[in-house]
Amino acid sequence: MTTPPPPWALLSELTHACPLHCGYCSNPLELTRRSQELSASRWADVFRQAAGLGVLHTHLSGGEPLLRRDLADITRSAVDAGLYTQLVTSGDGLSAQRLDALVGAGLHSVQLSVQHADPGRSDEIAGRRSFDAKRAAARLVKGRGLPLGINVVLHRHNLDAVDDLVELAVDWRADRIELANAQFYGWGLLNRSALMPSREQLQEATETVERRRKSLADVLDITWVVPDYFSGTPKPCMGGWGAVSLTVTPDGTVLPCPAAAALPGLDPPNVADRSLRWIWEESAAFNAYRGTAWMPPPCRTCERRTEDFGGCRCQAHALTGDAARTDPACSLSPDHAALVALTGTDGSPQLVPRRPTPPHRPAPAGHERH
Amino acid sequence: MSDVLPWRPRVPAAAVLRHDRARGTDVLLLPERVVVLHGSGRAVLDLCDGSRTVDEIAGLLPAGADTTRVRHEVSSFLHRLRAEGCLR
Ligand code: SF4
Ligand code: SF4
Repeated sequence: MTTPPPPWALLSELTHACPLHCGYCSNPLELTRRSQELSASRWADVFRQAAGLGVLHTHLSGGEPLLRRDLADITRSAVDAGLYTQLVTSGDGLSAQRLDALVGAGLHSVQLSVQHADPGRSDEIAGRRSFDAKRAAARLVKGRGLPLGINVVLHRHNLDAVDDLVELAVDWRADRIELANAQFYGWGLLNRSALMPSREQLQEATETVERRRKSLADVLDITWVVPDYFSGTPKPCMGGWGAVSLTVTPDGTVLPCPAAAALPGLDPPNVADRSLRWIWEESAAFNAYRGTAWMPPPCRTCERRTEDFGGCRCQAHALTGDAARTDPACSLSPDHAALVALTGTDGSPQLVPRRPTPPHRPAPAGHERH
Repeated sequence: MSDVLPWRPRVPAAAVLRHDRARGTDVLLLPERVVVLHGSGRAVLDLCDGSRTVDEIAGLLPAGADTTRVRHEVSSFLHRLRAEGCLR
């Protein structure tokens, strides 16, 4: 086996705890308990190993990373390892004092999530009064001269606000806005039919984004990807399985992608047992869908196979029960019709807010065959 | 505006320029972005502190025989980075 090229980025999930209750949350249904979380010194070791492997960026994420009282220490160790750090936060709990401690630790940038441009609707989707805290957080971040990105997960309940969300980003002096259409993993999968936008909503939002991109070219960087379940073109999974980045979860489990925790039989390694280098280069989990050798037809002979790598393994698993099938988002997939049928969901069931433990176990949504 | 006063490129304060040992190259790091620097890319960016025009930067590089070509390459490199939001 040849050694795979080094990873570029590390997603550091410092905790699964979060004061918000977003119904689209892509964290796994089984959340890691706080007592299982890696200590700051374990994280320091993870960052050193990651940097040694070739990682350049890390997202300090969660859950809500601000719930870690030792976040400044964790940040400092990532900076000391040479990593470019970005705090990924809901803004809840970002006081001036805490931000100063993080800036003092060398934090490079902040990404702030917003649920809607309308304060009331944003609080409603987040399941908690949080909009005012977000606005205050944005002001603080810009006041310290840090780059600010706004991140919005889009779905049926906020897709019509794309124009206002772009306006909000300009207003809050953000440098970037990432408009990310909801993916259906973890809690988000449970809420799939409540989140699914209509084709018309998406069409309109696409046009809005194109218009705004032109008019704001020098002001705001706008990221927008048409969701693959509508485009018929699968997205390359994380730039390829085990190709670009790795995720370390709160208890030290290492995954090729944050959603991969749901894949049965993956048996992901843990930093407590193995070096990050071994995990990246040699573990079965990181080699399972690396490259093109594992591919089924029609991917195996498709000319796009080195561009999209057969699409998303987690989506293939969620929708067909088999992670090694062609992503049903692909119009060439034998399962594509089933996926198209899902996009036609009419009724709009209630969003089930995310809670620490699921209220009940619905017939495991990840295993049903469509 | 840039049409009136000549542009004096500046690497934004939030960016980090550093060597990448694993890949044996220099890189420019920004939120969500890595620019891998080839050839004299690093030397050019080290000169982008907001005090020099593009021509002045090109003039400070070892040009060899072909100054026009160096000037042209430096200019297109810097403008490309600006268009991507990596330079001020
Ligand atoms: S496997 Fe799927 S969910 Fe995971 S990163 Fe890839 S595309 Fe995303
Ligand atoms: S068949 Fe496979 S490789 Fe070809 S476009 Fe579809 S997902 Fe991509």
